[in-house]
Amino acid sequence: MGEKPNQANSVSPSATSAAPAGSKSSDLLSRHFSIRSLKLKTKEQELLLRVTVLCLVYVLAFITRLFSVLRYESMIHEFDPYFNYRTTLFLTEKGFYEFWNWFDSESWYPLGRIIGGTLYPGLMVTAALIYWTLKVLRFAVHIREVCVLTAPFFASNTTLVAYFFGKEIWDSGAGLVAAALIAICPGYISRSVAGSYDNEGVAIFALIFTFYLFVKAVNTGSLAWSLASAFGYFYMVSAWGGYVFIINLIPLYVLVLLITGRYSMRLYVAYNSMYILGMLLAMQIRFVGFQHVQSGEHMAAMGVFFLLQVFYFLDWVKHQLNDTKLFQAFLRITVTSAVVVGALALGVGTASGYISPWTGRFYSLLDPTYAKDHIPIIASVSEHQPTAWSSFMFDFQILLFLFPAGLYFCFKRLSDATIFIVMYGLTSMYFAGVMVRLILVATPAVCLISAIAVSATIKNLTQVLRAKPKIVHSCSSKGGSSAKTSSKGLLDQSQPIGKNGAIALLFGAFYLLSKYATHCTWVTSEAYSSPSIVLAARGAHGNRVIFDDYREAYFWLRQNTPPDAKVMSWWDYGYQITAMGNRTVIVDNNTWNNTHIATVGRAMSSYEDEAYEIMRSLDVSYVLVVFGGVTGYSSDDINKFLWMVRIGGGVFPVIKEPDYLVNGNYRVDKGAAPKMLNCLMYKLSYYRFGELTTEYGKPPGYDRARGVEIGNKDIKLEFLEEAFTTSNWIVRIYKVKPPKNRW
Amino acid sequence: MKLIRLALPIWSLVLLCVLHASSSQEIQIVNAERRIDLSSHIVKVFLTLKIENTGTSPVSDVLLAFPPTQANHLALLKAQAATGKRKKKTFTFLDVYPAELPEGPNGTKYFSISLHSKLGAGEVVTLEVLYMLTHSLDPFPEEISQSESQLVYYRDSAILLSPYQVKQQITFIKTPSSKIESFSMVEPTNRAGAELKYGPYENRSPHSYSPVIIHFENNNPFAVVEELVREIEISHWGSIQITEQYKLAHAGARHKGVFSRVEYQSRPGHSGISSFRHLLARLPPRVHSVYYRDEIGNISSSHLRLDSKKSELEFEPRYPLFGGWKATFVIGYGLPLEDFLFELPDGKRYLNFSFGCPLVETVVNKLTVKVVLPEGSLDPSVDVPFPVEQYLEKKYSYLDVVGRTVVVLEKNNVVPEHNSPFQVYYHFNPIFMLAEPIMLTTTFFLLFITCVAYLHIDLSISK
Repeated sequence: MGEKPNQANSVSPSATSAAPAGSKSSDLLSRHFSIRSLKLKTKEQELLLRVTVLCLVYVLAFITRLFSVLRYESMIHEFDPYFNYRTTLFLTEKGFYEFWNWFDSESWYPLGRIIGGTLYPGLMVTAALIYWTLKVLRFAVHIREVCVLTAPFFASNTTLVAYFFGKEIWDSGAGLVAAALIAICPGYISRSVAGSYDNEGVAIFALIFTFYLFVKAVNTGSLAWSLASAFGYFYMVSAWGGYVFIINLIPLYVLVLLITGRYSMRLYVAYNSMYILGMLLAMQIRFVGFQHVQSGEHMAAMGVFFLLQVFYFLDWVKHQLNDTKLFQAFLRITVTSAVVVGALALGVGTASGYISPWTGRFYSLLDPTYAKDHIPIIASVSEHQPTAWSSFMFDFQILLFLFPAGLYFCFKRLSDATIFIVMYGLTSMYFAGVMVRLILVATPAVCLISAIAVSATIKNLTQVLRAKPKIVHSCSSKGGSSAKTSSKGLLDQSQPIGKNGAIALLFGAFYLLSKYATHCTWVTSEAYSSPSIVLAARGAHGNRVIFDDYREAYFWLRQNTPPDAKVMSWWDYGYQITAMGNRTVIVDNNTWNNTHIATVGRAMSSYEDEAYEIMRSLDVSYVLVVFGGVTGYSSDDINKFLWMVRIGGGVFPVIKEPDYLVNGNYRVDKGAAPKMLNCLMYKLSYYRFGELTTEYGKPPGYDRARGVEIGNKDIKLEFLEEAFTTSNWIVRIYKVKPPKNRW
Repeated sequence: MKLIRLALPIWSLVLLCVLHASSSQEIQIVNAERRIDLSSHIVKVFLTLKIENTGTSPVSDVLLAFPPTQANHLALLKAQAATGKRKKKTFTFLDVYPAELPEGPNGTKYFSISLHSKLGAGEVVTLEVLYMLTHSLDPFPEEISQSESQLVYYRDSAILLSPYQVKQQITFIKTPSSKIESFSMVEPTNRAGAELKYGPYENRSPHSYSPVIIHFENNNPFAVVEELVREIEISHWGSIQITEQYKLAHAGARHKGVFSRVEYQSRPGHSGISSFRHLLARLPPRVHSVYYRDEIGNISSSHLRLDSKKSELEFEPRYPLFGGWKATFVIGYGLPLEDFLFELPDGKRYLNFSFGCPLVETVVNKLTVKVVLPEGSLDPSVDVPFPVEQYLEKKYSYLDVVGRTVVVLEKNNVVPEHNSPFQVYYHFNPIFMLAEPIMLTTTFFLLFITCVAYLHIDLSISK
């Protein structure tokens, strides 16, 4: 600053030659000038602000997902991510071709699993690419860190896409709000915290990216954008089975546009190129294969494709004919024959088995009660349950109220883009109601629509605030009663509330939004940042107690059992045992063979000698059970046991659920059913538990997870022996004894 | 048992007959006292020899003989000469190197102690020898259940194996407790509590051998690190980062049958007595950012005690280690650079660091020390107080272009006594420290330049 006056002096010698007062005024002038030159135009200011806000949102989306790393450590969470981690490790070590042709003999013993052909490789390839890029740049990171941070990284990218999407369907303000909302929305965070290395983390990005590109393509009619959306779709197909949602929603959207008379050349170009290219690209994924032309779930897209051709053809004929009557007749014939041909093709395809019928999962989406009656293995998963209202509230909070408001705004300004977001919002909301985990799919739509509501409301309110001085100004300049009445009319027309009301409403909106922010942070830190491998509890003195029993057991398996040992456990722990324990499992979380799982369920619910026969036939060397009776950990195998019985009984009718119940009640205490007290699962869980006092003032053998004293304290094992029990008894491993000598 | 007792003396007799004539008898051992300490799983032997030159010419080397079984397990051999009287004794370390004796019987290995000054005819010198044997306690029974305690065999000779005539000798063997199942008798043999006394024996001819077996209880943790890789990474920005990868095993009697958590929890003193769960690592003082983890994540059971002299890391593996059980883990920590890196007047720098394994009372079967020198360092040389294998490697770490030189040192059979400092000398120009920051700033600068350029250039075709 000190330099400046001198500079000014040297530049304007004429001023310095004058009196000292004159020089002062000149340097004041120059200072004024320099600040002026720094000042940005309003548009540039707006751009700068927008970029800054976007950058902040980008960073925020990343760091809000790091709670779990700070609380625990940089580790992979839950069940499925362990499989993804294991396959990524394999991919980075052995290369892509080995990965693509990988037959895994470590799971589903003795069947094995063709990993390369039964998984969506998008996530693993993405992580491996990031890892390889970092390696080329000489960043010595471990692949685990890459996997842990993949989901937050893609969540950050999702915010950018949300911004552009919002900009496309409404305006840049709505885009910014959408980016901010989606950055911290618990519904999305639940699947994308650091360590939650699952397909969804990448797939939500791919999903909304594809949608954005498609909407852009429809809006512009440009081949480039539709091509881009086809590639987006390809990425989505490679990443997650939820791509079926895209391939059904987009045709539905096109159909709605056709019905509402919004057919255009833009739509024709966008849909055709996206569908054909996307389909061809998707066929390159081995797990998807020819489903696009063979499976019932993909037929809607094909039908709409042909319908569009018919539309185009009719358009062309109409253009050529110029005779309305003739055209009407032609139209009738064409439409009828097209429908008949389509229905015939579908009928023949289905009847001949060329087109496969809908899968159970798809059915259970359309009919929430279907899984409960027909597929217990789908119904047994907690994330497949119908959604409770509380979890909607938990995951969306104020968005739940802003959603209808946003829909209102969308309907008010109907365009191709808003129709899309409305359809996306409504369908995904329905699916979110059917299955808890599909809240995830609804989240971007809810955020976008709510963002429209917030942005439009705030914009209107600020317009009210800013409009008033203008009116006053115009009044003073013009004067006269006519101007006054006109301004009053203007006020009445567009501003039903006054300035104070607007301020109050603005404050209300900010209060609600800040409430949303605090709620999201709280939910993220409390509910969604636990790795569920390591359990944390509050000790008696308020200190943090860590139960690391899972890893203790898996590491024990890894180090102290023969490398070819086969471990039998309930399927929940399969992925973890193969990834952390490095041992062969009988069943795992890829529940592709119901009979195999039912066999394990049957073994667990049989008497020990019967179970021994089953285990011998499966070549089992160790049995692993999870038991929460000492620590009060409630999601253990005893609480999951009825599902084992049900799934086992679904295939082997010898297992009957009522045998394990007493008057319809599930009990483990003295009043439990005799079969329950002597089945393998009960014995393995409670073996020698009767000698242990778990809680002061309670009898020995008091089960803290279920709050009862167990019914069978004198458990003798004949065919198995205890091999290892973790320090808090959460995981118990038994060794299957070799058969006895007969003489 | 009886068979062995009968068979071995016969063998030793045969030995005697063969060797008596051939060995040169210029030296005789006037008095030999052996103290064998069996209280941990590392066998420590203190040998005091009083040697007299009975020949005519001066002698400069004294030979020590080991039976082949012991020679294979010999981890450390140190010798020193004592001069002066009882209280004013001064010790000087002597060089020891392997030697060959053509007439040596049945693969007997020899080590030669070279004396500082030649031992003239008729002169007497007192040598103190310390040697350590690893893997020399064989568990018997080989498999034990959780409630049993661990019994081991120790095999040695009651008479010192030596190429020289021994006039008088005595051997004391100390066991960890007074629970000794059995021991061979070579009269006179005495047992007092936890100590066995063999001898004194008089006038034994060269290469006499009288095998003994002691069967006793030893519940000390048989902690053996099968493989340890220590990586010492030097950063001239002020820190040394050490990563130690352990493959730990319980080398005692194998665990058999059931592991019962109830019994292990309720009777800690009685059940699983030979197992161990606590380990102690002595780290240098001013250690920081310590971590303890394995392939599947962090292990939360560890405590670090810091004081100005040393740091102690007490940790537990994920599960207690019973016989034959294994655990792998990684310990890493950082140290301030100025404590370990020094500069010579000629501009050469050297790292002064301790060689062995920081775990207390453990044997390392194979130790690999990798010293990662900073990028751009030249002609490294190593100074280690004992023989090791060494070679060079390249390693690429954060933002490396030419790679870092890694000095790799390998040694088998390492005991805690190998924790002596070693030095790595190298040339380093401090300008290389700036290479990476300059690279980063250039990259970002170019990035921004391209952004600016892109924003100012109109690339559209149609206008």
